[in-house]
Amino acid sequence: MSDAVLTKDLLALADRVVARAKPGEQIEAFVSRDLETDVRIYEGEVEHFVSAQSEGIGIRIIRDGCTGFAYAGTLDPSAIADVLAEARDNVAFGTRDEWAGLAEPDGVDVVAQELWNETLASFPTDRKIEFAKELERQTLAMDSRVRVDDSTYSDVAVELAVATNTGIRRSGRENGCYVAVSTLATEGDETQSGFGFSVGRSPDEFDVAKAAREASDRATRLLGATKPPSRRVTVVFDPYVTAMFLGVISSTLNGEAVAKGRSLFKDRMGDQVANPLVTLIDDPTNSLAYTATDLDGEGLAARRNSLIDAGVLKSFVHNSYSARRAATRSTGNAVRGGFKGTPGVGCLALQLQPGSRDQAAMIADIDDGVLVQSVQGLHSGVNPISGDFSVGASGLMITNGAVGAPIREFTIASTLQRMLLDVAEIGNDVDWLPMSAAGVTIAIRDVTLSGA
Amino acid sequence: MIEQDLLQRVLAAAVRTGADFAEVYAEDKRSTSVALDDGRVEQVTSGRDRGAGIRVIKGDTTGFAHTADLSEAGLRAAAEVAAAAASQGDGGTRTIALTRSPGRVVSPVEQYPDEVRKADKVALLQRMDESARSAGSSIVQVSAGYGDSRKHVLIANTDGVWATDEQVRTLIRITAVADGDTGMQTGSQSAGHTMGFELFNKIDVDALARDAARQALTKLNARPAPSGALPVVIKQGSGGVLFHEACGHGLEADAIVKGASVYQGKRGELVASPLVTLVDDGTMTGEWGAIAFDDEGHASQYNVLIENGVLTDYMWDYLRARNEGRKPSGNGRRQSYQHMPMVRMTNTYVLNGAEDPDDIVRATDYGVYVAKLGGGSVNPASGDFVFGMTEAYLIENGEITEPLREGNLMGNGPQVLNDIDLLGNDFAMGNPGTCGKDGQGVPVGDGQPTLRVKSMTIGGTAA
Repeated sequence: MSDAVLTKDLLALADRVVARAKPGEQIEAFVSRDLETDVRIYEGEVEHFVSAQSEGIGIRIIRDGCTGFAYAGTLDPSAIADVLAEARDNVAFGTRDEWAGLAEPDGVDVVAQELWNETLASFPTDRKIEFAKELERQTLAMDSRVRVDDSTYSDVAVELAVATNTGIRRSGRENGCYVAVSTLATEGDETQSGFGFSVGRSPDEFDVAKAAREASDRATRLLGATKPPSRRVTVVFDPYVTAMFLGVISSTLNGEAVAKGRSLFKDRMGDQVANPLVTLIDDPTNSLAYTATDLDGEGLAARRNSLIDAGVLKSFVHNSYSARRAATRSTGNAVRGGFKGTPGVGCLALQLQPGSRDQAAMIADIDDGVLVQSVQGLHSGVNPISGDFSVGASGLMITNGAVGAPIREFTIASTLQRMLLDVAEIGNDVDWLPMSAAGVTIAIRDVTLSGA
Repeated sequence: MIEQDLLQRVLAAAVRTGADFAEVYAEDKRSTSVALDDGRVEQVTSGRDRGAGIRVIKGDTTGFAHTADLSEAGLRAAAEVAAAAASQGDGGTRTIALTRSPGRVVSPVEQYPDEVRKADKVALLQRMDESARSAGSSIVQVSAGYGDSRKHVLIANTDGVWATDEQVRTLIRITAVADGDTGMQTGSQSAGHTMGFELFNKIDVDALARDAARQALTKLNARPAPSGALPVVIKQGSGGVLFHEACGHGLEADAIVKGASVYQGKRGELVASPLVTLVDDGTMTGEWGAIAFDDEGHASQYNVLIENGVLTDYMWDYLRARNEGRKPSGNGRRQSYQHMPMVRMTNTYVLNGAEDPDDIVRATDYGVYVAKLGGGSVNPASGDFVFGMTEAYLIENGEITEPLREGNLMGNGPQVLNDIDLLGNDFAMGNPGTCGKDGQGVPVGDGQPTLRVKSMTIGGTAA
């Protein structure tokens, strides 16, 4: 990493921008820099090696309830002056919004997280390459039908600072890495694909053998799969599928969507919206969560929020804007994708409270069901406003308490509202996946399966 | 953006360690976006992205680095990182002579959007908000967005290619939410073209807004979609994305050379119904996926992929074409200077057939009529895909009857191509799209006439 500008200098840069506020203006400067390494291996050789540094600034100005924003992908001083001028100019076109405003310090203490790993920061390049090569070798050794499409090592280090003239002044840095492999398995004229990965704060935490085994299993388990007959069944979601499902649920709990009448839960606070087995928490202060963090996108402390408690809707998540609109306080859930945008609202680290039994025990009680191991089309087939849910899926049949033949090319459909109420059991197999929700096995009754 | 002699020095530096090939891709992009939601202009955003990506290839290894610093020092530093990543050792000195590609305009621009007042852009969205809300009292929420970009690009490489281009795109979109006894429903519309602000002389934004509202209102009365395998009729211009997903990705040479596509080794074979001729066309003036040059400096082309059901060719970028000893097909694209190019589609569409579209519906006893497909995804290895049906109706006794709630359509690419049994004569392009692959998004277009697929799996909840 270029050490010309350190994290504290990013904060100083943000301070300098904020100091240029004119009377009557609220101003926020968000500055970030990231350094990325990406190695891709194919057939034992480096296919590509990317080393990339990016940096930029986003400036938000609010005056008389009107907001303007501008960004640039550089920290060049003349560009920053242009960004400030553009943001100021853009204010004139915003509609006055009585709730518009920047975050203000709310007295909630930051729960410190170990987000920076020195081992990774100084990890030698040749050993990064070796990890990706090793993953390819181990994956190929798993099964003679398996080929490797590519095997990759990636890491990223991010430094950021955010400052406002309303009293926010925070900075931080974070790094992480992963290895991933994508696979193809061929038998006869049929080819199926799979993937496996392992993540860590440093490469020392990689479990290469597990990634290789999963990539091999995912590709081979669907060989010879058939299309199941259409009917209503109990579905069991693998932890990975549950984590994706929770990602969809999270958009219905978004305080901004609720305020704008765009959530199916908008008038349901305090109602029984899910089976009493369901307790859903957003807790970025849990260091086990992959997305654990100390700050939200506006610089407020990240915190634990209980969203659904024993099936009862308890809270939505908010940033400072949606909170002001709902006459409540920010829950520390401002999310921002980087310097190119303003903060939205989102869950940071969702987790379902686990049950007491493992997946095998759950399956043993099911006469006719499907173990769903992957889903396709979550973004196209699920509408978080109407609640309509329909996704493509693949997995294994469950018959008389045992898993059987692989199945694919079918869809499962219901509504989000019904699925939450139809949760039959939650497993005890919490898996801290590299997603914004933890995985755990869940069983849901009475879902429509469309196949042959 | 960068002078010829500086480009030549940077490229020479990039291959000094013995690389076979080096390339500079530089861009300077200014963009404006406006977001309207909940009756308010939430904000106007101005963006500036400027920088260069340097790619160095030695043997089968590619090194890549990018920088926001377009000075000689910045470019040389990035070139050294990319060269070190691609190779070790000393290859001596090479002199690079660039030949400027003749200027090429595929999509002329009449009114540069950065020369239009921001107030005019804001006013468009306010008009659409009013139009959508006036469509019915059940319309409870509207969000709309406007975006434009003007991007200068420069591509130069050690083969002597030196091309510059200016890409201007303008887009508008709207989503309406209707609330009724059965819950909320959404409708959306968009229009995007590779052109300037003159787009709004050519399209009727009020009609777009009313159409989004109409979809949402219609769906308030929708019944659950059926489940199981049924004939599916897809309206003109609403299902090109199916071909993009169902076979387009499988015809990209990077998937082919790694054996990750069901279409590997199938050139010259019948892979689709003989009714189907599929084209990828970067030269289609004004369309969302139109480009004068691809992001490796090669002129865009009209490429026939499938002709009367027979697979004629794949799509190629520089790297894949070089290894095959052939010319690239103008399909090397990238999201920005921070990304490496790879094989990507441009505008992908099915040519007209002979049938009257009304006859196609009349010929269907019981099935689903899809008036609008949403997003989708495909597994190129197996060919399995899914798409959301965002506007669909039941067909009963040869007539379009009741609206259906949203659901996914599922199928297998090669199977669906074979199962197209009726093809209309009413070709139309569809909505602008962003194709995502390996984390990069690029603008693409698609289109098709009304057509029927004998059987696809409908992922509804009704029996």
